[in-house]
Amino acid sequence: MTTKSVTIKNRAGIHARPAALIAQTANRFASEIVIEREDTRINAKSIMGIITMAASYNSVLTLCAEGSDEKEAVDALYLLFENKFEED
Amino acid sequence: MALKRFSVLDLLALDLKEHDSLDLHCVCGRRGLVREITIPDLNRPGLALSGFFESFAYQRVQLFGRGEVAYLNKILSEGKLDTIEQLFSFNLPCCIFTHNLYPGQAFVDLAEKTGCPVLQTGLESSEFTSRLLRVMSTVFAPKISLHGVLVEVYGLGILIMGDSGVGKSETALELIERGHRLVADDVVEISCLNGNSLIGQGANKIIGHHMEIRGLGIINITQLYGVGSIRERKEVQIVAKLEEWDANKVYDRLGTEELTMDILGVRIPRLEIPVKPGRNVPIILETAAMNERLKSMGFFSAKEFNQNVLKWIETDAARAPYYGVDDTY
Repeated sequence: MTTKSVTIKNRAGIHARPAALIAQTANRFASEIVIEREDTRINAKSIMGIITMAASYNSVLTLCAEGSDEKEAVDALYLLFENKFEED
Repeated sequence: MALKRFSVLDLLALDLKEHDSLDLHCVCGRRGLVREITIPDLNRPGLALSGFFESFAYQRVQLFGRGEVAYLNKILSEGKLDTIEQLFSFNLPCCIFTHNLYPGQAFVDLAEKTGCPVLQTGLESSEFTSRLLRVMSTVFAPKISLHGVLVEVYGLGILIMGDSGVGKSETALELIERGHRLVADDVVEISCLNGNSLIGQGANKIIGHHMEIRGLGIINITQLYGVGSIRERKEVQIVAKLEEWDANKVYDRLGTEELTMDILGVRIPRLEIPVKPGRNVPIILETAAMNERLKSMGFFSAKEFNQNVLKWIETDAARAPYYGVDDTY
C-alpha cells in the first residue's frame, strides 16, 4: 500500500472538471485507489464520489493505492494536484 | 469509520422535518455552541439543582422541564446562586428548556459567563425526550460509506456493487426508467440503526441524485425522471454484486444456497450476478427483488421446487410396484 498526502492548491477546490481529471487518471491504473478526507474514504475511480467529497482550497487529502501499479498511480495523481489540475 | 465531532451547533443545524423537528433555538451562551456532545443521552438535573452532585451525569445534555424550572425560580428568588454556580462549573454540553420556558436572568447571566449554551424548545419534555433520543441514535449510529448504487426496486432496497465500469450506473438507470427509484449513486452512506437495520443514503444532500453515465457525463435524475424516481433514504435489504462473467467460476444455478454479506455486523442476502453482453441485468434485479419479497412472505421458489420434485419422485416410486415387473404382492 502506498499513501501520500496532498493539499489542494487551486482556488476553486475540487469541482467537476478536476474530479473528472482525477477519475480519468485513476482509471488508467489497475490498483485500487482511495482518497481519504477526514473520516470519509472514496473510490478515486468514480467522479461522483470525488465531487461529493466537496474538497475545498487548502484542504488536505490522503491518496492511498493498493495493487500492482500503486506507486505509479499515487505519483500520477500527486502530480495532478501539484499542477493545480492545469487551472489558475 | 471514525465518528465526526458532534457539537451543539450541529444539533441546531440538523435538517429535521415535521415530526422529527426538535424546534430548538439558542437563548444565550453562543460561544459555547462548539461544545461537543459525546453521549447520546440526556439528564434531568433535578438532584443537581438541589445541591446533590454525586454521580452527576454532566457529560449529557441537561433537560429542564416545568418541575426543574419551578425549582430554579424558587432558588433564584431566594438568591441561592451557589448551586447554579456549581452546576456551571461542570463542562455541560448544553441546557435545554422545554415549553419555551425562560430560566430567569440570573441563570442566563451565569450561563453566558461560563459559556454554556442555553437552548429553548417549544415541545413538551416527554415528546422532546423521545425525539432527541431518536435523533441521537441516528447521529451516533455506526456508519460506513460504500462504493455502489442504492436503488429501491418493488419496495426493496438493493445495493448494487461491483468494480468500476462493470455497469452499475447503467443498470440503475434502466431500473429508474422502468419506474424504480434511485437513492444514491456511487457513494452510499450506510448507518446501522438499532443494531439490525442498515439505512443507506447519499453522502451529500445538495449534490445528491446525480449520476455519472459514461458517454453522457453527469445527469440529474430528479429533473430527468421527476421526484417520483428518487428517494432520500432506504433500508439496504439485498446486495447485488455485479461481476464480469468468469467462465471458470461456478455460479448459483438453483438458488438454494443463500449467500450473505456482513455490513456493520448485520448480515444481509447477497447475490452474485455475472454480467455479459446480452444479459439483461435490470430484469434479473427486478426478479431478485420480487423473489426476495416472496421469501419474506414464506414462499421460497427454489426450495419449494425441490420439494415438489422430491414428492413427485416419491409418488412415482410408490406407483412403480403396480406397473413394474416386480409384482410380488
